Amino acid sequence: MPRDQGIGASSARREDVRFLTGNGRYTDDFNVHGQKYVHFLRSDVAHGRIRSVNTLAAAAMPGVIAVFTGEDLEGIGGLPCGWLVTDRHGEPMNEPGHPVLAVGKVRHVGDPIAAVVADSVAEASDAAEAIEVDIEELPAVINMAAALEGGSLVHDEIGTNLCYDWGFVEDSREAVDAAIAEAEHVTSLELVNNRLVANAMEPRVALGDYNASNDESTLYTTSQNPHVIRLLMGAFVLQIPEHKLRVVAPDVGGGFGSKIFHYAEEAFCTLASRRLRVPVKWTASRSEAFVTDAHGRDHVTKIDLALSKDGKFKAIRTSTLANLGAYLSTFSTSVPTWLHGTLMAGNYTTPLVYVNVRAVFTNTVPVDAYRGAGRPEATFQLERVIDKAARELGIDPVEIRRRNFVQPDQFPYATPVALEYDTGNYPATMDKLVEIADLDGFAARAEESASRGRLRGLGVNCYIEACGIAPSNLVGQLGARAGLYESATVRVNATGSVTVMTGCHSHGQSHETTFPQVVSDMLGIDEGQINVLHGDTANAPMGMGTYGSRSIAVGGSAIVRATEKIVAKAKRIAAHLMEASADDIEFADGVFSVAGTDKSVAWGDVCLTAYVPHNYPLDKLEPGLEETAFYDPANFTFPAGAYACEVEVDTDTGAVEICSFAAADDFGNVINPMIVDGQVHGGIAQGVGQALREHAIYDSNGQLLTGSYMDYAMPRADDLPSLVVDHSCQTPCTHNPLGVKGCGEAGAIGSPPTVVNAVIDALQRGGYDVDHIDMPLSPSRVWEAING
Amino acid sequence: MATVHMVVNGREVSGEVEGRTLLSDFLRNGLKLTGTHIGCDTSQCGACVVHVNGKAIKSCTMFALEASDSTVTTIEGMANEDGSLGIVQQAFQDHHGLQCGFCTPGMVMSAAALLSENLTPGEAEIRDYLEGNICRCTGYQNIVKAIQGAAEELAA
Repeated sequence: MPRDQGIGASSARREDVRFLTGNGRYTDDFNVHGQKYVHFLRSDVAHGRIRSVNTLAAAAMPGVIAVFTGEDLEGIGGLPCGWLVTDRHGEPMNEPGHPVLAVGKVRHVGDPIAAVVADSVAEASDAAEAIEVDIEELPAVINMAAALEGGSLVHDEIGTNLCYDWGFVEDSREAVDAAIAEAEHVTSLELVNNRLVANAMEPRVALGDYNASNDESTLYTTSQNPHVIRLLMGAFVLQIPEHKLRVVAPDVGGGFGSKIFHYAEEAFCTLASRRLRVPVKWTASRSEAFVTDAHGRDHVTKIDLALSKDGKFKAIRTSTLANLGAYLSTFSTSVPTWLHGTLMAGNYTTPLVYVNVRAVFTNTVPVDAYRGAGRPEATFQLERVIDKAARELGIDPVEIRRRNFVQPDQFPYATPVALEYDTGNYPATMDKLVEIADLDGFAARAEESASRGRLRGLGVNCYIEACGIAPSNLVGQLGARAGLYESATVRVNATGSVTVMTGCHSHGQSHETTFPQVVSDMLGIDEGQINVLHGDTANAPMGMGTYGSRSIAVGGSAIVRATEKIVAKAKRIAAHLMEASADDIEFADGVFSVAGTDKSVAWGDVCLTAYVPHNYPLDKLEPGLEETAFYDPANFTFPAGAYACEVEVDTDTGAVEICSFAAADDFGNVINPMIVDGQVHGGIAQGVGQALREHAIYDSNGQLLTGSYMDYAMPRADDLPSLVVDHSCQTPCTHNPLGVKGCGEAGAIGSPPTVVNAVIDALQRGGYDVDHIDMPLSPSRVWEAING
Repeated sequence: MATVHMVVNGREVSGEVEGRTLLSDFLRNGLKLTGTHIGCDTSQCGACVVHVNGKAIKSCTMFALEASDSTVTTIEGMANEDGSLGIVQQAFQDHHGLQCGFCTPGMVMSAAALLSENLTPGEAEIRDYLEGNICRCTGYQNIVKAIQGAAEELAA
C-alpha cells in the first residue's frame, strides 16, 4: 500500500498552488520603492585592451543617476575562486584576478565594461549606448590546444594560459602506463564533451537595497545558496560583515548549477545601492544570460582502456583539456578535477586508473558546474570507451559491464581513485533495466524499424555518481575553501506546529514538500503542521545551499539530527509531566508514554508546556522547543544506475529519433517517489539535449554563435519520448540517518552516453564503419559520419 | 505615452504606456500581474503566454497598445471563482507537471488553449502543440500527463 504521508509517500507539492496561480515570488517580482535600474555595457569583442572609456555623454542622458567603470570600483575585491587545486608537481594553480567591472582588458564577449544606473531600464540601456569605448582588439584564444601552444595570453600576469596540470593519482601514473603497454587489448577513444549553457528558465536578477539608517544591505538574488553568496560577497568583494548583509534568494526558477556562483552583478548592485543610496536592480535578458551565466562541460579527452581478451578491465588512462573560460568562476577548478577524476572507476573493479587534466584559460565565458559537474564528463568517457571495447572484442555491451561490476559483496569498496563506495548493487540495477527496457524484445523492434527503412540501435550503459561532497576536513585538504556541511533549525511552535529552517535552497527540488515528510514521520504529526523556510540568510542558519544532489543527503540529515534533539528534549518534558524517568519515555505517533504503563501525554501538551512552563523543571531544563543541527557527512553518497535507449536513424537525413528511454536507478531510500521520478525525467531531458541538440559554439574570434533560443537548441516536448524510470533497486546509504543518496543529477549524468551508444549501434548494425561521433549528434554530423 | 484600456481577468483596467511597451511588460510592471514571466528575448520560450480574446499569445510579441480594447486572461485569472485551482491547474499539481514553476504559467495557458480547441489530444498532438513552450525541469513528461489528465477531467 502506498503511504499517504511521510517518507515514501507521493505527497502533493506544497509549492504548486502559488506557482499555478501566478503567485510565485521570483526575484524579478520584487520591487523596492524608489529603485533604479542597471544596464551593463558589455564587451562585444572577445579579447582587447581597454584604451579609454568615456562616460560623460552617457552621464548627461535623461534619467541617468550614475555611470560606473572598473576604475570607479578601485579598492573593492575581485570575485573569489572557492577551490584551490594543486598541480601534479605540488604547486598551486594559477589564480588570476576577476574584477567586478573590467579593468585594463576585456577577456570574453559579455565581460562588463561599464554600468549605467538610471530611472528606468530603457533609459539605462539608451545611455549605455552613448558610452564611448576605445578597445584595441587582441587575437582571441578559443581553442584549448592552441591556447597552450603560444596563443595570446588571456591573463598576461601569469605568463601562460594553463591554470593547472593535475594528475590523479599521480603515484599510479607509471603503473598505469605499464599496464596499458602490456595489455592484451587496448581501446582508445578521443572525444569531446560539448560545451553547454545551463539555461534555467528564469534569467538571473540582482536587486541591491541599502538602508543607510542602520547601514544594512539586502541583496535579492537568483541564487542556489544565499549564505555562500553572503560570505563570498561580504568577506571577499565588498568587505561587509554578515550582520550588515542579508541575502534573499526567494522563489528561484531553476538553477542546474548556474546559480551557485557569485556573479559580478550581485556585487555591483549591492555596492551601487550603498554608494547611491537608492535600491538598484538588474534583470538579465536571455541574450545577456548566454554570455554571462557560467557555461558547462567543454572537455576534450583521450581515453585508453586496457583489457584482457575476455573483457576484464585492467587499466584506464585519460588525458583531458578542460576549458575554464576567461576567469575562474566560483567552483570551476573543482569540476574537472575532484568531481571528475574521482569518478573514473565507474561501477567497475578496474584496478589501475590515472587521470590527467590540464585546465585552460580561453577568451570565452567562464565555465563551471552544470548539472552533474565533472561526473557526466567522467561517465561519458568511460561508458563510451567501454562500448567501443565491447564491439572490438565481440562481447555484448551488457555482458562486458557485468563482467567488471563491483559485486554486491565487495562493499564497502575502495576504488583506485580515492573513493570508498559504501553500498550498491550494480547487477540488480542492470537486471531491472533489462526488464523495464524489454531488452529481449529489441531484435523484433529492430526488424520492424528496418521494414520502414530505419536503422534501429540500442545503447546501454551504467553510471555512478558521488553526491553530498564531504566531509569538510577532507575537502579542505583537497583545496575546498568552504565547509560542506548543512544546517537545520527545527522550531516547534507553542501549539505543536513546526517550522523547519534549512540552509538548503529549493529551486525546483520540492523541499517544502519532502522535508516535512521526513519530520512528519519522526514526530508523528501531520505534514500539514510543518512548514519550511529557506532562501533568506535572515531566517536560516548558515548553510551551504543546494547543488550536487546534496539536499536530502546532507540537508535532510541535518533536519533529522535537529529533530532528534527536539524529541530528546520533549521526552524530558513529558517525563516531568508524567513524573517518570526520561529513559522510560517512549514516543510514537505523536504520543509520549511511560513504558509498561498506561500513562501518556500528547505531543501538543508537551509543546505547550515548553512555552507555558508553569509545570516545568526550570531548574534542569530551558523552556522552549527549538533546536539547530549542523550535519557534516562522513562520506559521499553513491547513487548508481543502468540506462538504455533505443533510437532510429534516418540514413538519408542523419536525423535521430529517440524511440524509448529507460532508467533503472538506485538512490537508496526514497522520500517522495513522484518527485524523484520528476527529477530523473528532467535530468534525462538535459542529457538527451546534450547528446543530440545543445551546443555553445564559439567562432575563432570568440563570438558565441549559439547565443539565443533561435540558435541554441533546447530540448522541446516533441524531442523526447515518454521515459520509463524505476528506482525500486534500493541499497540504502550506510552513513546518513535517512539512508538516502540523492537523485538530482543522475539523469543528466547517465544519459548522454546512452544516446550516443545507441546511435553508434544503429550505424554499425547498418554496416557503417563509424565508431564515434562527437556530441551533439545533429543530423548533419550523423549524415557526415554515414557518408564519410 | 498613450493610454490603453483592456479587460484583464474580468476586470477593466487602463494605463499609460510607451509605444515600445510590450504587453508582457504592461502586465508585469503596469498591472503588477507578475505571474506572466519573461524567459527569453526571442519569443521562443513561451513563459509569457496569455490569452488575448481567447487565443494563446506570447505576450512579448505584442505591444500593449495592440492589445487595447481586448480581453486578456493571464495565469492569475485561471483559478475557479472560489479560489480553488481550475481543472488544468489542478491537473498540473496532480501529475507533478511543474518543478521550479517559472515556465508553468505559460504552460498552463498553452495547455488551456489546446484543450479549448481539442478535447481529446493524443500524446503526439500535445507534444507538438507545446513546441513553443520550453521547460528545463520536467523533461515535459508530466506536463504531457497533466494535459491528458485535464482532458479526461474536462470530458467527464
